[in-house]
Amino acid sequence: MYRRLMQCLVRGAAAGAVSAGLLLGTPALAARTDIVLGIRLEPPHLDPTAGAAAAIAEVVYNNVFQGLTRIDRDGSVKPSLAERWDVSEDGKVYTFHLRQGVKFHDGTTFDAEDVKFSLDRARAADSVNPQKGLFEPIETVEVVDPQTVRITLKRPSGNLPFNLGWAAAVIVAPESAADNKTQPVGTGPFKLAEWVKGDHVTLVRNDDYWGEPVALEKATFKIIGDPTASFAALMAGDVDAFPLFPAPENVPQFEADPRFTVVVGNTQGKTVLAMNNGRKPFDDIRVRRAISHAVDRQALIEGAMHGYGKPIGSHFVPQDRGYVDLTGKYPFDPEKARALLKEAGAENLSVQLVLPPPDYARRGGEVLASQLRNVGISVEIVPMEWAQWLGEVFRNKNFDMTVVSHVEPLDLDIYARDDYYFGYRNPEYRALYERFVASTDENERLALLGTLQEKLADDAVNVWLFLLPKIGIWDARLEGLWENTPVPANDLTGVKWRE
Amino acid sequence: MLTFLARRLASLLVTLAVASAVIFAVMEVLPGDPAEIMLGTNARPDTLAALRANLGLDRPATERYVAWVSGFLQGDLGRSYTYSVPVGELVAQRLWVSLPLAAISLLLTVLIAIPVGAIAAARRNRPVDIGIMAATQVGIAVPNFWFAMLLVFVFAVSLRLLPAGGFPGWGAGLWPALRSLILPAVALALPQASILARVMRSSLIDTLGEDYMRTARAKGLSRSEAVRRHALRNALIPVLTIMGLQFSFLLAGTIIIENVFFLPGLGRLVFQAITQRDLIVVKSVVMLLVASVVIVNFLVELAYAAVDPRLRRRA
Amino acid sequence: MSAVVAGRQGLAARALGHPSFLVGAAISLVVAATALLSFVWTPHDPTVLDIGRKLQPLSAAHWLGTDQYGRDVLSMIMGGAVTSMAVSFVAVGIGLGLGVPLGLLAAGRRGPVGEAVMRANDFVFAFPALVMAIMLRDIFGPGALNAMVAIGIFNVPVFARLAYGAALPLWTREFVMAARVAGKGRGRITLEHILPNMLSLIIVQATIQLSLGVLAEAALSYVGLGVQPPAPSWGRMLNEAQTLMAIAPRLALVPGLAIVVTVMGLNLLGDGLRDLLDPRLARER
Repeated sequence: MYRRLMQCLVRGAAAGAVSAGLLLGTPALAARTDIVLGIRLEPPHLDPTAGAAAAIAEVVYNNVFQGLTRIDRDGSVKPSLAERWDVSEDGKVYTFHLRQGVKFHDGTTFDAEDVKFSLDRARAADSVNPQKGLFEPIETVEVVDPQTVRITLKRPSGNLPFNLGWAAAVIVAPESAADNKTQPVGTGPFKLAEWVKGDHVTLVRNDDYWGEPVALEKATFKIIGDPTASFAALMAGDVDAFPLFPAPENVPQFEADPRFTVVVGNTQGKTVLAMNNGRKPFDDIRVRRAISHAVDRQALIEGAMHGYGKPIGSHFVPQDRGYVDLTGKYPFDPEKARALLKEAGAENLSVQLVLPPPDYARRGGEVLASQLRNVGISVEIVPMEWAQWLGEVFRNKNFDMTVVSHVEPLDLDIYARDDYYFGYRNPEYRALYERFVASTDENERLALLGTLQEKLADDAVNVWLFLLPKIGIWDARLEGLWENTPVPANDLTGVKWRE
Repeated sequence: MLTFLARRLASLLVTLAVASAVIFAVMEVLPGDPAEIMLGTNARPDTLAALRANLGLDRPATERYVAWVSGFLQGDLGRSYTYSVPVGELVAQRLWVSLPLAAISLLLTVLIAIPVGAIAAARRNRPVDIGIMAATQVGIAVPNFWFAMLLVFVFAVSLRLLPAGGFPGWGAGLWPALRSLILPAVALALPQASILARVMRSSLIDTLGEDYMRTARAKGLSRSEAVRRHALRNALIPVLTIMGLQFSFLLAGTIIIENVFFLPGLGRLVFQAITQRDLIVVKSVVMLLVASVVIVNFLVELAYAAVDPRLRRRA
Repeated sequence: MSAVVAGRQGLAARALGHPSFLVGAAISLVVAATALLSFVWTPHDPTVLDIGRKLQPLSAAHWLGTDQYGRDVLSMIMGGAVTSMAVSFVAVGIGLGLGVPLGLLAAGRRGPVGEAVMRANDFVFAFPALVMAIMLRDIFGPGALNAMVAIGIFNVPVFARLAYGAALPLWTREFVMAARVAGKGRGRITLEHILPNMLSLIIVQATIQLSLGVLAEAALSYVGLGVQPPAPSWGRMLNEAQTLMAIAPRLALVPGLAIVVTVMGLNLLGDGLRDLLDPRLARER
């Protein structure tokens, strides 16, 4: 009631300010309640439980759809549709206590049945959930009462609350799930108003929202794929914010302009020059080490990213706990690289470098190719669209080298898999990783994280290049946008205009 | 005439049937799996299989070909894998961008080319004509995407007069929608206008030398009257022929310009559909484009044959 | 035939008096010479990246400055001329080599064979060119060869139609009739009488297709379907310059102008050749 009253007062005040502004002939002082955000790629559809495209989550995550938990701007797990949860002694049974009074956008009530439906749907045999693996540890989902859900696991997994915070784990209603691709119905503070294909998606405030009311009444996601057009749109004020600005070369112009805030934050994107460890000559550690010495990260970051991007030395991001700085492990040393190649009998190497479409890969690949030529490796650049990259490189492992950014958080497990595309098979590493997973002691876990990173760097599995930056540019009067990208999202719940 | 018609019609149908088979076959050998691109790197094999079954991709190729062709004949172009909406609906939406864009650029082309060509013809071999002809040489040689880049830089980035790209939709109002089509239309029109102006000039020069022009002058018409009454009309025939070609080019050949300006047109739809392996969209749209060109050619041939009986025998 | 031979004497004199031919030939020669020169000498190596020297303005060391990777722009333009020329020459070669025989065959045979050839042509003609290029890339991989084939395929119907259209009326001419009466076969008549009489038409068209090939190569490279780095290409230079327009507009201007000048040169050359080789076509212009 109090909140209602305050809202009325605020609205009244805003209206007063508008009329005062009109009377005085000055611009209205009331804060704006709409925002236009630029995004680079159009979401193919709006159902995060049926598609992997980051663009889907960038529009709907925590705005339209919500999960039991959510991942916050700092990467931490927060309660969302579940108010709280308890874990059994053996770590195998999680009991989630749901929020009351939550309604879907179509007016239906949210309760434990919806949770069971959503999780069972994601786990089903015919599920098309892109992250089905997240739900693999789940044995059963039971409805205890309308406000309580009990999830039993096959084995303890401390990651469950985090995993349930992914966009692919959001809760949907059985009545509307089938049409979520085009008419998303969630529980979030915004609902879909309009989608003009190829141009923009507009969300409007959901006035029946269960949580703290959001400041914005309308949010438009404008699709601007071209870096030049993004630059022009921001400069012209057609767009208020570009949370992931695509052209680092243009950033200095925004930094010099007081109308804009430029925030260079972190992603989870570990950009690597991946080598096919299962194939000659990369099965020879001396060749991999030679290539590691041949890469000049500083020049690469300058050339491909115009200086934006932190160098990394293993498969771990600097902002996460347990990080060990290994960037000095293979200093740039072309002489040493040549010597190592000679020792390995791998002079006059001729390799293919496959590059997927993003700029970091295409530009980075061009610089890397030139650096490798510098130590006598002849490199043929093979650009590929994602469709082919996924088939040729990722599935068939038919490649020599590729440049790609691994954006999943905490994904050291990929080096413990047999069938992963870069073909690293080391029982020692796997044993270490298993110890890490089983360990419950925080200090031991952190120490093991360090050992794992060192092991990877020592084996020179890949050349770890840099952390993909999140260059956010927005109107200086805006506040509340995320500085970092722990998961793909544009959570607008805390965004507002300063008056 | 009837046997001729039957033969040409049979040939048309065979062409279309072969075209559909070729298009389908090309899609089959195109590497890349639509399910993989939709579900990304964390997708598990069983999920991919479920999605493929969902999309009907697990059925044998012949069955899918028959289903596609019979659907096509009934006006059902299939359902987009990525957008999960009917392809026909997507095409209709995109035509609302592509058709107006083609129409506007053709209008610009005509508005520039006809007077410029006429002036050049009237001032033949004088400095004005030589200047115009030199300018059209440049116009033909300019790559339209480069011209588009320059237009964006000058009018969108520097002067901020027009949007650099995107299309707000006709729902946003006539002016905002038209505004975003101006630069792309100009970029498309420049080379086309240069070509058309040259055609206009030489065609007008040709007709000026014809007998009926001399007759008209002999009858006492003034030069400008004779030009207006006789020469212009006759000179416009080749101009119209070229314009017809240009319109079909503008409709299908604008992929690059639509990409530079991020216009959600038909060309861009195909372009994106290929990268996302939304093969049903690619197949159906390409088939539509091919069919329309082939059918138009067929109609043109019929028209010629109706006018000139000798062609009937020759074919 | 004799008329053509008789015209030869006057050809050189008329060529010298034909301004657009002269300008076109001069430009084309300069571009070709630049391309050839780049094999033996460029101011710098256009394939070597030197990040420390990136985006330098015009200077004595770098006449056209350097790009975002510190490569010498002038050297890249010179190398780009090779790519441009090579791709369009091969593409025209494909068009000539396949299109002309097909057109001649269709004209000589007519009937179902001719019909089939011309319908296949229609199909290729109707297929959206860029879509075809993208598919070729996805199936066979990107690169110069892909660009050559993609452009070449679209040259085939052009030359086939030209040859067909030019050959058909020739078959009714008296000297062909005489040859047939003398018992010469169709193939021999085509080689001895039909082809020589349409040569000038083909040369003119080849020049025009060459200029279109330069434009097409630039467009394909611009969208990433052409030659791959480190081989320099004007189209790719334009693509890379796009986001740098506000910082270094010259990076977009220089390759664009190179394309315009080259295409103009070839077009003028083609126009001039048409006037010189085939006075009937030129009429009074």
